[in-house]
Amino acid sequence: MTFAAGSGHPGGSLSYADIVAALYFKVLNHRPGQPAWEDRDRLVLSKGHAAPVYYAALAESGYFPVSELVNLRKLGSMLQGHPSRSRTPGVEMSTGSLGQGLSVSNGIALAAKLDRKDHRIYCLCGDGEMESGQIWEAAMLAAHYKLDNVTTFVDRNRLQIDGPTEEVMSVEPLAKKWEGFGWHVIEIDGHDMRQILDACGAARQVKGKPTVIIAHTVKGKGVSYMENSIAFHGKAPNEQELIQGLRELGEDA
Amino acid sequence: MSRPLASQRKEYGRALVEIGQARPDVVVLDADLSTSTRTSDFAKKFPDRFFNCGIAEQNMMGTAAGLAASGKTVFASSFAVFATGRCWDQVRQSIAYPKFNVKIVASHAGITVGGDGASHQTAEDIALMRTMPNMTVIVPADAPETYKAVKAVVDRPGPCYVRLGRVDFPVVTTADSPFEIGKAAVMKEGEDVTLVGTGQMVAVCLDAAEELRTRGVSAEVLNMSTIKPLDKARLLSSTERTGAVVTAEEHNVLTGLGSAVATVLGENHPVPMSCVGIPDTFGESGESEELMVKYGLTSDMVVTAAERAIRRKGK
Repeated sequence: MTFAAGSGHPGGSLSYADIVAALYFKVLNHRPGQPAWEDRDRLVLSKGHAAPVYYAALAESGYFPVSELVNLRKLGSMLQGHPSRSRTPGVEMSTGSLGQGLSVSNGIALAAKLDRKDHRIYCLCGDGEMESGQIWEAAMLAAHYKLDNVTTFVDRNRLQIDGPTEEVMSVEPLAKKWEGFGWHVIEIDGHDMRQILDACGAARQVKGKPTVIIAHTVKGKGVSYMENSIAFHGKAPNEQELIQGLRELGEDA
Repeated sequence: MSRPLASQRKEYGRALVEIGQARPDVVVLDADLSTSTRTSDFAKKFPDRFFNCGIAEQNMMGTAAGLAASGKTVFASSFAVFATGRCWDQVRQSIAYPKFNVKIVASHAGITVGGDGASHQTAEDIALMRTMPNMTVIVPADAPETYKAVKAVVDRPGPCYVRLGRVDFPVVTTADSPFEIGKAAVMKEGEDVTLVGTGQMVAVCLDAAEELRTRGVSAEVLNMSTIKPLDKARLLSSTERTGAVVTAEEHNVLTGLGSAVATVLGENHPVPMSCVGIPDTFGESGESEELMVKYGLTSDMVVTAAERAIRRKGK
């Protein structure tokens, strides 16, 4: 997708790929043929630049044809560089300006409580986003209003555009911060499908407080030259890299 | 001229309670200023549908977006300086871009905030909100119009910004005066110059028109309570007839009503124009009336501006 677009964010998409796959194909209660179904679980991609993996999951789920994916970032396409709610079926919220998705998730969660609905809200954040103050405003609100229908993921791939998170702006001790803000904290290997599914199951059992799942991941996971590479945060592979990458992921090149 | 004074905020609180009764989908958010903005009236009546977000306006706007995404009609209130400037990106990204039904009703706009000084005054909020696609911008002239504007935004799809003052404003409309979003009201007919006011400057324009009358000048006064979408038809039909225009706003003179009017006239039918507003400067502490005088928001200033515009006719 990013090859066809000539730009995009492959690294941070691959670090989230296992989690997004788990959510769309195992966890979410949703109806791709009926995107506005009111009892659906909601997923807000706060880390909007992971749009490629998000769109891939939406397409494979059936929200729109897989053939649409090559139009990522093209003029007139439904697939904007960052998610746009008004253009893409299945996209719950327009995101891209980092740090805002958890506030929106909280709003959706408050509405669910008001309407006595038991659908769940999944908010997918990046670890660089933890540097944004609004995340912590939202963390406070979710705990204050006991939003146990909210599950937040943090894609802890440890890299952001300018370098390792702990060099750019330390986010550790991350688990203690969330605990301090009144959240139930689970830490997992974000590439272990069993751990992802178990964590989602555990989050459903927690009452009276929201849950954060800190997922330790590898940026560019599955593609040797992208793994742990800052260069592939916001750069598309060239043709040769694309062929190698698809082979390594077990796809037809 | 002395006119009775009345509170816009009180009318907001009253309208909101009525809306809450009629519309179970309406939810209200505030950022620790609910007694000042008067969303506290709603909070007392409908505690389940009121959420205080604390001193965190960015989070409040995002939360409003999420509620709206689930079909709620959301009112979010704070002081104008915080409800627009502090969270501009959140309003842009999370509310205006996805066209959510969030009504930002902000009090303490302009310079008549008074003693709190420049940190709490705002002369930029109209500019900040009108530059954003999908946003409707309304500046009610007085208390009765505030009530009608708040009632009107509930039924208008998409994001709206309603700008209110802290102090009681002179009453220039009645409960029966027509109000429609996007429509300017002719407050007084005239032939020689059009005075376009917004907010409490409508009252100032009416005073100026009275003074101009004693000087043999017939001034038309428009209440431009909707800044966006601007009532181009009414503006042009008036200025094409009078041939001169003055705008008056309690806002930075560079970027608000005056700019909006100038663009329409410049593109369609330029006439001599003068703009009355807060000079491009920060305010300061003081009594509201003192600040209005010091920063040039008086009927004398409007009269002078009108005479200047009229002198340039035909030149």
